[in-house]
Amino acid sequence: MINLSLSELGAALAAGQISSVELTQLFLDRCARENPRLNAFICLDQARALDAARAADAARAAGRAGPLTGIPLAHKDIFCARGWRTTCASRMLENFVSPYDAHVVGLLQDAGMVLVGKTNMDEFAMGSSNETSYFGPVKNPWDHTMVPGGSSGGSAAAIAARLVPAATGTDTGGSIRQPAALCGLSGLKPTYGVCSRYGMIAFASSLDQAGPMAKSAEDCALMLNAMAGFDARDSTSLDRPAENYTRLLGEPLAGLRIGLPREYFAAGLDAGVHAVVDAALDQFRKLGAVTVDISLPNSGLSVPAYYVIAPAEASSNLSRFDGVRYGHRAADYSDLADMYCRSRAEGFGAEVKRRILIGTYVLSHGYYDAYYLQAQKIRRLIARDFQAAFEHCDLIMGPTAPDVAFPLGAKSADPVQMYLNDIYTIAANLAGLPGMSIPCGFARGLPVGLQLVGAWFDEARMLGAAHQYQLNTDWHRAMPAGL
Amino acid sequence: MQWEVVIGLETHAQLATESKIFSGAATAFGAEPNIQACGVDIALPGVLPVLNRKAVECAIRFGLAVGGEVAPRSVFARKNYFYPDLPKGYQISQFEEPVVSGGQLVIRVGQGAEAVEKTVRLTRAHLEEDAGKSLHEDFHGKSGIDLNRAGTPLLEIVSEPDMRSSQEAVAYARALHALVRWIGICDGNMQEGSFRCDANVSVRRKGAEKLGTRREIKNLNSFRFLQQAIDYEVQWQIGVLEDGGKIEQATVLFNPDTGETRAMRSKEDAHDYRYFPDPDLLPLVIDAAWKDQVRAELPELPDAMRARFARDYGLSAYDAATLTAALELARFYESCVAAAGRELAKPCANWVMVDLAARLNRAELDISHSPITAQQLAGLVRRIADGTISNAMGKKVFDALCNGEGADADAVIEAQGLRQMNDSGALEALVDAAIAGNPRSVEEYRAGKEKAIQALVGQVMKASKGKANPQQVNELLRARLKP
Repeated sequence: MINLSLSELGAALAAGQISSVELTQLFLDRCARENPRLNAFICLDQARALDAARAADAARAAGRAGPLTGIPLAHKDIFCARGWRTTCASRMLENFVSPYDAHVVGLLQDAGMVLVGKTNMDEFAMGSSNETSYFGPVKNPWDHTMVPGGSSGGSAAAIAARLVPAATGTDTGGSIRQPAALCGLSGLKPTYGVCSRYGMIAFASSLDQAGPMAKSAEDCALMLNAMAGFDARDSTSLDRPAENYTRLLGEPLAGLRIGLPREYFAAGLDAGVHAVVDAALDQFRKLGAVTVDISLPNSGLSVPAYYVIAPAEASSNLSRFDGVRYGHRAADYSDLADMYCRSRAEGFGAEVKRRILIGTYVLSHGYYDAYYLQAQKIRRLIARDFQAAFEHCDLIMGPTAPDVAFPLGAKSADPVQMYLNDIYTIAANLAGLPGMSIPCGFARGLPVGLQLVGAWFDEARMLGAAHQYQLNTDWHRAMPAGL
Repeated sequence: MQWEVVIGLETHAQLATESKIFSGAATAFGAEPNIQACGVDIALPGVLPVLNRKAVECAIRFGLAVGGEVAPRSVFARKNYFYPDLPKGYQISQFEEPVVSGGQLVIRVGQGAEAVEKTVRLTRAHLEEDAGKSLHEDFHGKSGIDLNRAGTPLLEIVSEPDMRSSQEAVAYARALHALVRWIGICDGNMQEGSFRCDANVSVRRKGAEKLGTRREIKNLNSFRFLQQAIDYEVQWQIGVLEDGGKIEQATVLFNPDTGETRAMRSKEDAHDYRYFPDPDLLPLVIDAAWKDQVRAELPELPDAMRARFARDYGLSAYDAATLTAALELARFYESCVAAAGRELAKPCANWVMVDLAARLNRAELDISHSPITAQQLAGLVRRIADGTISNAMGKKVFDALCNGEGADADAVIEAQGLRQMNDSGALEALVDAAIAGNPRSVEEYRAGKEKAIQALVGQVMKASKGKANPQQVNELLRARLKP
């Protein structure tokens, strides 16, 4: 049961083989047993989950069940959920209980999914290893001495350990795709604007995008069907006709043109990962796709541009955490300035502070033109690179991350090494393109992710290609030992 | 030493929208603290701003009314600073690309017929949100925060430094105040802070080209304070310069109790606001169709109406200006003329500007609460013009109508028997009685003292209880006393 896909679970529920209450209890029991070791959840709520499961069973009995009704789910703790503690893995929001639902949370609830808990993450989504969480690091279920990736590491670990069948994540520079790769999952970052950001605690507003994390591309497509859609409360949400993201799952790969950016297969890529990705590409060719060499000449600028734009926006977005209205406030302070300083010094961790400092610096008078404006120009160049590339191919593929999961603590002292983990994923955020990671094998016993990047709004085609691959491979069914 | 004063004004006009500029919360004044502040206004984690279309329409109205350029594309920017009544830690404003650029305002400086026209150029007008309020009283060593005002839409209107005296500054502020009310974008209530000015004041030697160093007087919320503050500031600056000192750029506050200005912060502790485009909001695009639609809804503007009144109704420049000081007043006058007949435009003007104005003034009412309707006033003017009642009787009828003692002038005249005496036999008897009863006046008149006849007229008027026609009485007396 724990390794079933969402459609299989849906079928089991529909056939009455299991109730939502039983299914939810099954996963809750797994959470209770495994979470103390993995630390994938910041918060689990058995009572609320079972209430929701009972409501789902009642809805089904009343003939109001959809494809996801009754299936357990976890939200990254960046999503506000009414009545749930919503911490963003920060001491700053340790005791913040959200009075409202994020748009995505509301949609998945409307779809009948059963929320069991909120998953651990890097603090305010700033990190690639889940080690910046105030609530401690998450362990990679494939090897508990390794990181699960980040920032959606809790969601990734929870699915990999089969504590939930699916979860939400957010991706600002790779935060869905990189942990999906490191934990052997499928995860999708949609085109910017497809999922509403309302109620998703902002890190870098122009880059943040919510997306599904699950075991397979098909599961991601089902989730995205429920998560996507226009929301008038988010001015950057796109008002487009609703799409069925499963519609191209059956599309054969014959004739699909896959672009391989030479910059993604150059120095810095681990040889083991390289070999596994090559094998995956062979598989795609075997299934009828053709590969073409392409170039994304400004790829090398994406990490530096990202580390100007994202911190700049973050420094401003995080100003609301001032200890005045909610969140952490220092116990002792002498005056207003001291209250701000102490509350924020105590409430934020080192990586968050580092990014606030960088962001404040690049927006400062006299530096704005040199940093922020330049980075915005690079951003346009990067988007143009992709636009040109998509004239020669339908999808772009390459490694999701330069290496497999690394040991806990290995990179925490060296932020630049940590930032380079997102070297292949950041460009899709800068350009607003959809991207996903699917498992494609193992190197040194740890999962390797294959990244797919599509043209704007080409999620369905990307999901179709991934699904065709998964129909012919078993990597997405692999589970860590001992489950 | 001759000094020249240079003044520019920055005015914040609160826009007359029902909801806030980026949220759906109400903007009504005077609610209990923090009642009109929703999640967006208190900056909960995850909330996002959505621009109020009505606020944009107000800005377009203003741009069209002052002949400025309404930008086809303008940008909202974040102005970052920490303050407890600024919930997000930044104010959403417009910086490099405002919604309105340029334009001008014609002002009248001086009283009555001596008034001189002057044109003040506008630099720009931009949309922004207001902050909340910090309440320092009643909290015993703490401050209370009221966020009802947070997010209230403002139009900040910036003038060029074109004013050369406090009188000009006040004339500009009054003209602007009248205009924003005229076009219905601001209620102009200065006590409630709906219209407030910052004055940038500097002095330079007469004939100098370079501007002196300016000091900015913040938050002046009455025309009297504006004048007092500038007058004090100018004297202070001249005093410093004549003593050989230098003016330091500073922000100052005006204390109405002492009539003095006092530096609040100097240039050194000026904030670095780290402006950057708000990634939560798309650029504001205003197309020609939208502008045309707003233009079609604009009322006739005061300058045009003033010229038309002078031309069509034969009014003096002063009368035309007085009657177009506010849209409701101008409309009242036009209805009055329409009902009375265009040939009575001048007496209608006099009644509105003198008698009605005085009555409204005494009762502290504005024209929209006039106790007499334009039609009632027109009926009264017609009865004076056709000789039914005298001008003096007209005042009685006016008071009666204002006090609700009759539906129209005719009803009052009938009910109170105020019809002018047209029976010449009765009048002649009264004239004879007056001559017989006042031999001294008769003697004086005959001795060549022309004025003495007025006393006799007065006697007849008194005896007729005001119903006699004074002109007719005068003529009869002269005829009788002819030698």
